[in-house]
Amino acid sequence: MGEIMVRVYAPIARPTIGSVGKTGIWRSVKPVVNYDKCINCYLCWMYCPEGCIDIIDDMVRIDYDYCKGCGICSNVCPVKAIEMVREE
Amino acid sequence: MSELKSIKTLKDIPRKEQFAPGHRLCAGCGIPQLVRFTLKAVPDPKIVVNATSCLEVASTIFPYTAWKIPWIHNAFENSAATASGIEAAFRALEKKKGIKKPKIIVFAGDGGTFDIGMQALSGALERGHDFIYICYDNEAYMNTGIQRSGATPKGAATTTSPAGRVIPGKQERKKDLIGIAIAHGIRYAATMNPAYPVDMYNKIVKAASIKGPVVLHYFTPCPTGWYFDPSLSIEVARLAVQTRLWPLYEYEDGKYKINIMVRRPKPIEDYFKLQRRFAHLLRPENKWLLDDIKKDIEENWKRLLRLAGIEA
Repeated sequence: MGEIMVRVYAPIARPTIGSVGKTGIWRSVKPVVNYDKCINCYLCWMYCPEGCIDIIDDMVRIDYDYCKGCGICSNVCPVKAIEMVREE
Repeated sequence: MSELKSIKTLKDIPRKEQFAPGHRLCAGCGIPQLVRFTLKAVPDPKIVVNATSCLEVASTIFPYTAWKIPWIHNAFENSAATASGIEAAFRALEKKKGIKKPKIIVFAGDGGTFDIGMQALSGALERGHDFIYICYDNEAYMNTGIQRSGATPKGAATTTSPAGRVIPGKQERKKDLIGIAIAHGIRYAATMNPAYPVDMYNKIVKAASIKGPVVLHYFTPCPTGWYFDPSLSIEVARLAVQTRLWPLYEYEDGKYKINIMVRRPKPIEDYFKLQRRFAHLLRPENKWLLDDIKKDIEENWKRLLRLAGIEA
């Protein structure tokens, strides 16, 4: 019995970052990392609910396109290297 | 690709992300942390079954999705039933065509677990399907506007159990989900908290290594429904453990183990005063209810110590 190929056209949602657009526009305060103080513990990377803190070259980088400005990273930082600055 | 192994420090957590940023969950929500950690801890291939919940409506807005793995949505009440079906189908495929069975993970909220999905969950646990059931508990129906659920703790104000002069918030106790799950004779069940990520990661890894149904109960701080500042999310979660309100324990093959031993608990008022849903409890006329809650917490802790075989 031969197998019959059936091509089905169905609406499929595509995985993507920014599924609702740039959520960075929600933000009223913005986290800014002071790299002189940063000790590379990566606690902010781990606690970031958004997953928008990346580790590039062993340093944390915040993706401001998607950061919602909740302030968790600033709060969990053991050396207080992340400051929340009001958005202009 | 992540492997199944437990970790000792934060540095060992895999870097790969399978849950994309830019979804619609609130700032400061505890749910995406659970999802990120679960997808890191459970190796590929895996399938996620998602009951209707905050997570479902926020992460999959057609024509896009934040999930980089196979994902299926279903109604509030049948997430465990869907997971059973997928598991049974793959069991058959494994036998007939030798396709490797993926790990099946269910995410459901407290409404979809404690109230609406309880029957399907009970059935799936009884049939012994191989899946991980994770209930993220934000202690009310947050998605539809903060209505009271079976998981809402005593004393909490919600829109359907408001704190008034006569009845100060919800008067009933929270269900013991882990107790109900263990009563089905499953092999592993545990509670988790976002403020203790290593503990959480290791519990998910252990859950994935066990054959058969597993129930995990996760504490999610909800800034929108509990009325606190989003930046305090982790603080609130940590205080819940340190005041003995949310004991971190696991059950494995008949043995209970308390993972985070709280020897000197902080006063429960510290936890309550951060959240507006509990603000009425700190007023002098509601002291009887506060004392009642303290007694409940104390009793629950003693019960766990007894079960874990530790002398109080």
